Amino acid sequence: MTKRPIDDVTGTETTGHEWDGIRELDTPMPRWWLITFYITIAWSIVYCVLYPAIPLLKTNTQGTLGYSSRGELDKSLQKAREAQTGLRDKIKSGTLASIMADPQLFSFAKAGGKAAFKVNCVQCHGSGAEGSVGNPNLNDDDWLWGGKLEDIHQTIKHGARYEQDDDTRLSDMPAFGKDELLDKNQIEQVADYVLSLSKGKADASSSGAQIFAEQCASCHGKTGTGDRSVGAPPLNDQIWLYGGDKKTVMESIHNSRKAVMPAWAHRLDAETIKQLAIYVHSLGGGEK
Amino acid sequence: MTKPSQIEQFNVQAVNKDGAKKLFAAAKKIYPKRVDGKFRQLKWLIMTVTLAIYYITPWLRWDRGELAPDQAVLVDLANRRFYFFFIEIWPQEFFYVAGLLIMAGIGLFLVTSVWGRAWCGYTCPQTVWVDLFLVIERAIEGDRNARMKLDKASWDFKKLRMKVTKHIIWLLVAISTGGAWIFYFADAPSLLVSFFTLNAPFVAYSTVAVLTATTYIFGGFMRDQVCTYMCPWPRIQAAMLDEESLVVTYNDYRGEPRTAHRKKHANDDGSQTPMGDCIDCNKCVVVCPMGIDIRDGQQMECITCALCIDACDSVMEKVGKPKGLISYATLKEYDKAAAGQPVENSVPILFRPRTLIYSGIWCLVGLSMLFVLATRSRLDVNVLHDRNPLMVQLSDGSVRNGYIVKVLNMEPKKHTGYISFKGLPKGYMRIEQEGAELIKNGEKYKLLLEPDVLRELKIYVTMPQGFLPQSDQTFKFVAEIPASEEYHETSTKFHVKKN
Repeated sequence: MTKRPIDDVTGTETTGHEWDGIRELDTPMPRWWLITFYITIAWSIVYCVLYPAIPLLKTNTQGTLGYSSRGELDKSLQKAREAQTGLRDKIKSGTLASIMADPQLFSFAKAGGKAAFKVNCVQCHGSGAEGSVGNPNLNDDDWLWGGKLEDIHQTIKHGARYEQDDDTRLSDMPAFGKDELLDKNQIEQVADYVLSLSKGKADASSSGAQIFAEQCASCHGKTGTGDRSVGAPPLNDQIWLYGGDKKTVMESIHNSRKAVMPAWAHRLDAETIKQLAIYVHSLGGGEK
Repeated sequence: MTKPSQIEQFNVQAVNKDGAKKLFAAAKKIYPKRVDGKFRQLKWLIMTVTLAIYYITPWLRWDRGELAPDQAVLVDLANRRFYFFFIEIWPQEFFYVAGLLIMAGIGLFLVTSVWGRAWCGYTCPQTVWVDLFLVIERAIEGDRNARMKLDKASWDFKKLRMKVTKHIIWLLVAISTGGAWIFYFADAPSLLVSFFTLNAPFVAYSTVAVLTATTYIFGGFMRDQVCTYMCPWPRIQAAMLDEESLVVTYNDYRGEPRTAHRKKHANDDGSQTPMGDCIDCNKCVVVCPMGIDIRDGQQMECITCALCIDACDSVMEKVGKPKGLISYATLKEYDKAAAGQPVENSVPILFRPRTLIYSGIWCLVGLSMLFVLATRSRLDVNVLHDRNPLMVQLSDGSVRNGYIVKVLNMEPKKHTGYISFKGLPKGYMRIEQEGAELIKNGEKYKLLLEPDVLRELKIYVTMPQGFLPQSDQTFKFVAEIPASEEYHETSTKFHVKKN
């Protein structure tokens, strides 16, 4: 063993390292510090025995306590579920109106609806329920089938054009072009008229108006106000589900639109559907 | 041939011989001897005051009306409020505490640059509690020599009784130390009752347990080891010292050469070997709570408690020499005195660029905090614009934006407030929680504000078609409480485009 240099002033060994003439003393550590270090080692061994610790090829050592962070999560989820049972039962047994009347129940239902929306609805309606082409924006005041809480609840429960459900919202606009009910010229004229309705400058004497009165008014109303009982959207407003340019409107008349929303009664339990309805209703466009 | 006896013998051993050097050294137990003097008096005083502040503060009452707690100093973690006499702080005002910590830090720099490690020597809780534990130790086991004798003695009933008594009293002090801490976080009188009736929350007991353990271990056993090995302050403070900081100094130019055998130093020829004032009685070493010898010069371990000054002064008095062989002195003064030059008064060291800069920053932080505190509003409005969707187009062509508006009444009083918005002519808002009423630009809507509570409102603002701004428009939500003349407005944006 090579002799290590000694510092003259303190008489202590140095590490032999030197920086610009400054040498590092190798002062002995306090013994309690060493003991503390040994205790941490002992602690780590005990920990490794009790808890999952050492990675193996496919898994890891499980520990004798049977602890796992997933199990911990399950437990806390279970706890949360148990804590919520009272409220969930109330939602299950209560009517929509009774839930709305109870502030605690309302805010619980809204939060639960928000969570369920994020899992089941955002794929089409968007994470902010802002909608997209063919998928209605749920924040606004335009409702194909009605914006009252019961209407929304009904729509979620049975879906739209969802054939497996007998109570589904069903609307069937003819494909005027494809089925040769109107020719291209007529479609263009009625499209012009529909767009003028939206702008509030409709000319009742135009040829488009005449076609509209014959072919469209029965569902969309004489002045284009729409009819919620058959899911016919108002045409005199500023909201266009598929787009408000002439080409898109002509396309809608030519091909019709047949978007489908599933009936959620087959997939979600009753209280979740109630919560979803309350959440969607609370987004700002809900009607009384 | 040389006889073996003629060869010079050296009594020496290689320092790195096996067993000579240890990587780990056992801590040497220190038995500080009792000493009296002006610095010891000062330390008793500071110890009494700091301990009194610590134990009594949570029991002080302060009337804030019936709607707020009446404890003068209270950290209400459950409700996220901090009360300090006439000041109430909400979580978002926590910067006051940050400011206080900055002031404490800079104050420490200032104190260190002037008085050296005064914090360590006088006011650090570690120092104060070790002092307290030593008082107990001395009262039961006696002073230094008696304690050393007792530790060496074999175990008998008397030793057992003394040790058990000492540790019981230490533990009682430790428990009351940990116990006092929890009273800062809840109503002290009711917590005291629930603590002893075993109804207090678990965290109260665990906090007391942890602090009892740390007090007992740090005050009773670790003592100097805490300062030397655990605490970062000695290292930082050592870096803060300069040649004009007061440190405890052994004036070796006066004391050396030290000797305990003063008569023997008369030489054979009658002349005297020069003798310093130090009589090498080691009293300065035995009184030191850190167990060091100040005559070795400035050391990292020295907490500048000045007990060695008291000890040496008492000896100097007895031997009829002037006091101050060990004294508070700056390096500069020491150098001057050592060179035989007159030493000027040490007051001017208070005023030099470094201390002035520290004091300046300290005052600046303090004054700006005072200013903010004096002019702060007890009413606040936080506005969160809906992020998804940013805007909603309605069927009549108008555009609606959603906001979460939080109105904070930060006074422990019920208030009638008003909420309104301005900057969007022709616009109107609807408060979801308040029903269908439409409130126009500039119109004030009455709100009942519960004491010390945040009220969250979902507000929809709509701009009709035809009055829509060309691009995103900034406007303001306004909250006011006419009764207390509080007024607060917060800017936000009205979005007209989807992105």
